[in-house]
Amino acid sequence: MNLGTASSSVSWQSSINDRVSDMQFPAGLRVLVVDDDPTCLMILEQMLRKCHYEVTKSNRAEIALSMLRENRNGFDIVISDVHMPDMNGFKLLEHVGLEMDLPVIMMSADDSKDVVMKGVTHGACDYLIKPVRIEALKNIWQHVIRKKKHEFPKDKDFEQSTSLEDGDRQQKPQDDVDYSSSANEGNWKSSKKRKEEEDENEDRDDTSTLKKPRVVWSVELHQQFVQAVNQLGIDKAVPKKILELMNVPGLTRENVASHLQKYRLYLRRLSGVSQHQSGLNNSFMGHPEATYGMSSFNGLELQALAATGQLPAQSLATLQAAALGRSATKSAISMPLVDQRNIFSFENPKLRFPEGQQQQLNNSNKQINLLHGIPTTMEPKQLADLHQSSQSFVAMNMQGNPRMQQNNALLMHMSQQQHPSRAQMLNETNNGQVSRPPLSISQPLSSNGIRGPVYNQVSQASSMVDFSLNQNSELQNNGSPLVSSNSGMSTLTSKRIISSDIKGSRGFPPGYDIFEELHQQKSQDWGLTNVGSTFGASTDHSSIPGTLDVSPSMLVQQGISSIKKNGQNGNSHISKVFSSREESGNVHPMGGGPQLNLLPGGNLLTVKSEQLPDTSYQNTFFPDQFGQDDLMSALLKQQESVGQVETDFGFDGYSPLDNLLV
Amino acid sequence: MEVGQLQRSFVEYMASLFREGFLDAQFSQLQQLQDDSNPDFVVEVVSLFFEDSERLLNDLTMALDQPNVEFKQVDAHVHQLKGSSSSVGAQRVKNCCVPFRICCEEQNTEACLRCLQQIKQEYLLVKNKLQTLFELEQQIVASGGAIPMVQ
Repeated sequence: MNLGTASSSVSWQSSINDRVSDMQFPAGLRVLVVDDDPTCLMILEQMLRKCHYEVTKSNRAEIALSMLRENRNGFDIVISDVHMPDMNGFKLLEHVGLEMDLPVIMMSADDSKDVVMKGVTHGACDYLIKPVRIEALKNIWQHVIRKKKHEFPKDKDFEQSTSLEDGDRQQKPQDDVDYSSSANEGNWKSSKKRKEEEDENEDRDDTSTLKKPRVVWSVELHQQFVQAVNQLGIDKAVPKKILELMNVPGLTRENVASHLQKYRLYLRRLSGVSQHQSGLNNSFMGHPEATYGMSSFNGLELQALAATGQLPAQSLATLQAAALGRSATKSAISMPLVDQRNIFSFENPKLRFPEGQQQQLNNSNKQINLLHGIPTTMEPKQLADLHQSSQSFVAMNMQGNPRMQQNNALLMHMSQQQHPSRAQMLNETNNGQVSRPPLSISQPLSSNGIRGPVYNQVSQASSMVDFSLNQNSELQNNGSPLVSSNSGMSTLTSKRIISSDIKGSRGFPPGYDIFEELHQQKSQDWGLTNVGSTFGASTDHSSIPGTLDVSPSMLVQQGISSIKKNGQNGNSHISKVFSSREESGNVHPMGGGPQLNLLPGGNLLTVKSEQLPDTSYQNTFFPDQFGQDDLMSALLKQQESVGQVETDFGFDGYSPLDNLLV
Repeated sequence: MEVGQLQRSFVEYMASLFREGFLDAQFSQLQQLQDDSNPDFVVEVVSLFFEDSERLLNDLTMALDQPNVEFKQVDAHVHQLKGSSSSVGAQRVKNCCVPFRICCEEQNTEACLRCLQQIKQEYLLVKNKLQTLFELEQQIVASGGAIPMVQ
């Protein structure tokens, strides 16, 4: 099977090659167009016919998906509408990216930036605004070529360098996007992808000069993969073990690893729990507000890469994250959040957090409960259970929430603080070292009462991070590993740092100090609460009473809420937090970037309001321990400031949590 | 009426539709898509548009008639109407969709009903105009003439 699919994918590629060199190209390009609007569908079909393309149309996303699955190599490119009744176009996009890896063009009458950005972050190689003109369709073949080109760098038809070394591969993206050397994240991903391509070539001995067939993740293969992952448990699902369990000849660990990344991203989006991928963290790094003096490698390049279809959506997100501080990334980051929100269908968040707070928060906050799909919302008692829970929780929340970056950083910082050794590391990092924390995120999770997806996600995230870290060994990143006091959270953080490629001096942003303080305070006051754990590190503020001081709590809340808000359920990518730090141009493992306004009280609010339109999560975060009143007031304040961000996204009531994995 | 006259009427009528904003450049695109392999393309697409729009307008009427209006649903319908009307070049209908969506966001039922009323009017107008146009075409063809291309 695999060989079969692999070879068929090879044949797809070669057919593309043949067709490209054929004078007729792009005539005969096989396009699948999906739109529930019959008028548009008909017009598009006619336009595409005029372009001499071979058109197949469908008004149902599910039908389109099954067509694609049945005939994996029967199409070259997919064009899909965003708003469809049976399935969100972005979900379709993810599926196609995950399973078939074809270039997908999104289109919509909606030209708002958020939606376009969503397309970008989900990996769409282009986004067309309706009404679509035929001129726009004439050139869609470029996406096919580009994708192919990037996947098979060695193809001599495309004049790729023949050597498959990583260096070469890394070069390629660099050539294309002018990454700064430090932008390893992007390079890593690109090179990883190339490397994967290489590994997938099972037909040749000399992999360096031959086109490598991509491993096509057929439905069966994907099922096996999912089974293996579930068997292992999300937290333990490392590529190596998955590979062993799957026992598929010809499949390499790299194949599994990259697929795992995509899968996690997909799950994250699906459930709203952010699965932590090292890449993901990166995506959040790009906090727009951050005045990070990031290197040139930034979202633009990432986006460009993504646009070319080279990078899957997830990678893009990752890369974007890596591209610290790019405003573009920011928007990208918000995309996933938005998406998550969609999933949850604008329901009032069912905060399971301290009921009292929850209720109040719920009332005042009509944000979606990002954790809705995740049974893991932390219960007060759970909060009380472990720091770790909170850590992981925070981590989970933070994941995927670009806004949360700041918070994440804060949280990470906090959590780090909790461990004395870590604290040291923090200091070290403060000094500008980036340490790679060992991945142990999953640990806290297990100990937590956090259940379900959150848990899984976190562990996944951690393993992802782990994985990414391993993979990134080649990436030079920032030097010293992050102290991972947190179970893996730091890993995430470090990952981000790495990706963000901030090295050397990491100045501590002004906020950092506060962070530290908060951190320390937190450890004392927060005790078992999640929030506490994250913020535990900084507890300098002696002023912080047993009940959280507003500032620290605000921070935590902010961070949490932001995380939540962003809809990152579960997976909190602590790294994100860090990454946000990094974004600020200085890698402060601990310090908060400009975003984090660790300044007591007000600043946080300010920061938050900018970032987190959705304060729903805030609610979930408040542990019992914090004076409820304090928390409530803090939250409410936040929420007010945050406003009704949700409406910004203009969701069209997509059904939440569609089970996309048909 | 003789063919020449029919053709002139046709051209003038078409020009007026563009001038008055009933149709926009997108409609021209549709016309250019029509060819020998698809000689009735424009009529087919427009008919599809009519069907679709009427369905959407009905759905909108029902949705806004509910005691608890589901604005997200209403917005989804309007969004679709916007997409299809813009795709055929029904400019004035499309333009009604924008304020309509704002009313949905504000969850203002009254305002939405007004928007719906307006959009229905515009739709009926453009439907009428297009049907007249098609009849003219048919007459020209029936008289043995060719349909002039209006650029």
